[in-house]
Amino acid sequence: MPELSEARPDGGSNGTALKIDCDVHPGVPTVEALMPYMDDYWVDEFRNRQIDGLEIATYPPNAPLSCRPDWRRDGERPGADRDQLSDVVLDTFGSDIAICNPVYGGLVALSEQMAAVLCRATNCWIAEQWLDRDPRLRSSIVVPAQNPILAAEEIERCAADARFVQIMLLVANELLLGRQYYWPIYEAAQKHGLPICIHAGSMYRYPTTPSGWPSHYLQDYAATPQLFTAQMQNLMSEGALARFPGITFVLAESGISWLPPYMWRASRTWKGVRGEVPWIKRAPSAEVRDRFRVTLQPFDVTDDHDRIEKLVEQIGGEHMLLFSSDFPHWQFDGDDPVPSAMPEHLVRKMRTDNPLSIYTRLREDK
Amino acid sequence: MSVRETILQTVEGSPGREFIIDSDIHPEPYSPQSFRERLPARWREHCETYGDPQRGPYAALTGYPRYIPRTSRRDAWPSNGGLPGSDLELMREQHLDRHGVALGVLEPLGQGSWTRNLELMGAVCSALNEWQLEDFVAHEPRLKASIVVPMEDAPAAVAEIRKHADNRDFVQVQMNSLSEEPFGRRKYWPIYEEAVSHGLPVGIHVGGSTGARTGGGWPSYYNEEHYSLVNSTQAHLTSLVLEGVFEHFPALKVILIEGGIAWTPALSTRLDRLWSRLGSEVPHCRKPPSEYVKANVFFSTQPMEEPENPEDLLQIFADIGWNNILYASDYPHWDYDDPEYAFKAPLSVEQKRKIMFDNALSVYRLD
Repeated sequence: MPELSEARPDGGSNGTALKIDCDVHPGVPTVEALMPYMDDYWVDEFRNRQIDGLEIATYPPNAPLSCRPDWRRDGERPGADRDQLSDVVLDTFGSDIAICNPVYGGLVALSEQMAAVLCRATNCWIAEQWLDRDPRLRSSIVVPAQNPILAAEEIERCAADARFVQIMLLVANELLLGRQYYWPIYEAAQKHGLPICIHAGSMYRYPTTPSGWPSHYLQDYAATPQLFTAQMQNLMSEGALARFPGITFVLAESGISWLPPYMWRASRTWKGVRGEVPWIKRAPSAEVRDRFRVTLQPFDVTDDHDRIEKLVEQIGGEHMLLFSSDFPHWQFDGDDPVPSAMPEHLVRKMRTDNPLSIYTRLREDK
Repeated sequence: MSVRETILQTVEGSPGREFIIDSDIHPEPYSPQSFRERLPARWREHCETYGDPQRGPYAALTGYPRYIPRTSRRDAWPSNGGLPGSDLELMREQHLDRHGVALGVLEPLGQGSWTRNLELMGAVCSALNEWQLEDFVAHEPRLKASIVVPMEDAPAAVAEIRKHADNRDFVQVQMNSLSEEPFGRRKYWPIYEEAVSHGLPVGIHVGGSTGARTGGGWPSYYNEEHYSLVNSTQAHLTSLVLEGVFEHFPALKVILIEGGIAWTPALSTRLDRLWSRLGSEVPHCRKPPSEYVKANVFFSTQPMEEPENPEDLLQIFADIGWNNILYASDYPHWDYDDPEYAFKAPLSVEQKRKIMFDNALSVYRLD
């Protein structure tokens, strides 16, 4: 595990520790907002065909989970109000930096060209409309995983802007993320030292469980950890993790409590069948501890001091958690995303040291 | 004398000896061909001509070739040339006698029952049920059978349950986890209604044939597919609770077999959280999901997760509920859990007795 104390002994400016929120969601209000960043052909397409409403199925805008009730604004998409986001996430929650993960239709479009156009426009929009206007904001690069070559080009384009601190992919795509098909994305990530954030959200290309389609949104969202385990298993099994040793993978909005049983089961299976995948050199539990990090919200653990300490021990230690509010998703009530029983030593780690250890750009540019 | 009384008499007759109940033993035929001979000529010919079309890339092989032949212990191959699990004498020597199995529940897998062809599925399930009785239970009273049902064809499944419901050699209904739809969906409800009416629990054993093994696509390796079986079990648990099955059939007991166990408290907590946010979508689910799990769902232990700190299991067992856990060996498969070594955590005598024996006595139909 990297030592941080050298990189940033006291955290941020003003002599206090720099506090970082690793997962917030600005909302794209309408496709109109992205049109300044598209060519005429695509502007005509969206306008003439009246294509709008590109929020992804994982977050129906009116679903209770998609926006906390007291953060809803009449007639607005969740998270679309920039001042509100800054007020709540930075001022109220007391963070110095927030990393934006704009989850929008480009990530799931069936047309890879449309996907690329929307992702590029989303990145331009975030840079001009959000990052330029509040210097405390950073962003992930959203990329069209539907076409990894175009995705790598978008990474190259955005990486020049140091305010883009990682690359975001959804947790369910057309193929599992370990496949060589996606390796151009990882080549670009490793080259620029950018973590890969795997965020909750699905392209909905397959039934949401291995046993078919459930009836309810609730069940789909409940099954999200399954998708994360599938990606972790696949990143290991295809050799992607071994091939790109420089990449840290951030599991965002995944929940946390499913990790220990997954690590135990995957390690036991690996012990039995590791001859099939000899490029996995260590037990999956060791890979998880070394190569993955996980964001705080939704915090799905009983809010109890000993239980939290135990969980953190089981997932590999205090370096694993990254603070996140998941604004504006309704994961907690009140003004503090940190569960009340969270041990103090973990708070400092997850708000400052752990993010700084993987987001190298946050160490360099301030 | 009821099955339960027979078991208790055996136990009382050998004071000082420890007995266990095993919720997962896999019987196999001498060979796939020998089982096929039990099918009606029409289906025998069908299988010889068209094979056993499932939902994968090969004509006669799973898309995820197993790591070990027949997924079985190397020492479980009988000397008579039959498949592991086919020879009662070897099963007694390696497992039943050796570990004091007072009751072993048979869980037959495959043999064509995972086909897409509903009529073939029905014919194979019928044959599996007769075969368990004739080749195993008739010769070894410690073994009891499962009514394997053509689960994608509810009327046929109901008829199959009805056919055997009065036979006390069947102690549960069995479905397999890789299904066309999650088991809370309405098409499966007639199966639960019939099972409940006969006091039969429903066992859901991992395995089967389905589409993509994950919501993110097809994995490449057995190392991954093996984990997706956990997910299929979780999907059914979630579905049964949230579609209202336990609300509608409060007496239904479901046993989740070979899908792991340590994930249960985390999933229950997650479901409770989501239910508190999104309960308006599922108004028929009137209690927090975890309450249905505690009341209606039982978990077989194998393959037992192995935390780095073995004592962590004790909290997990306590969270699941000491009455909801059933020991399983998975004999003769490669990841067999030897009852003497399966639990690395120090269980009290009472805790161990519940898991190894008592709980099963009240879950299966043994009256």
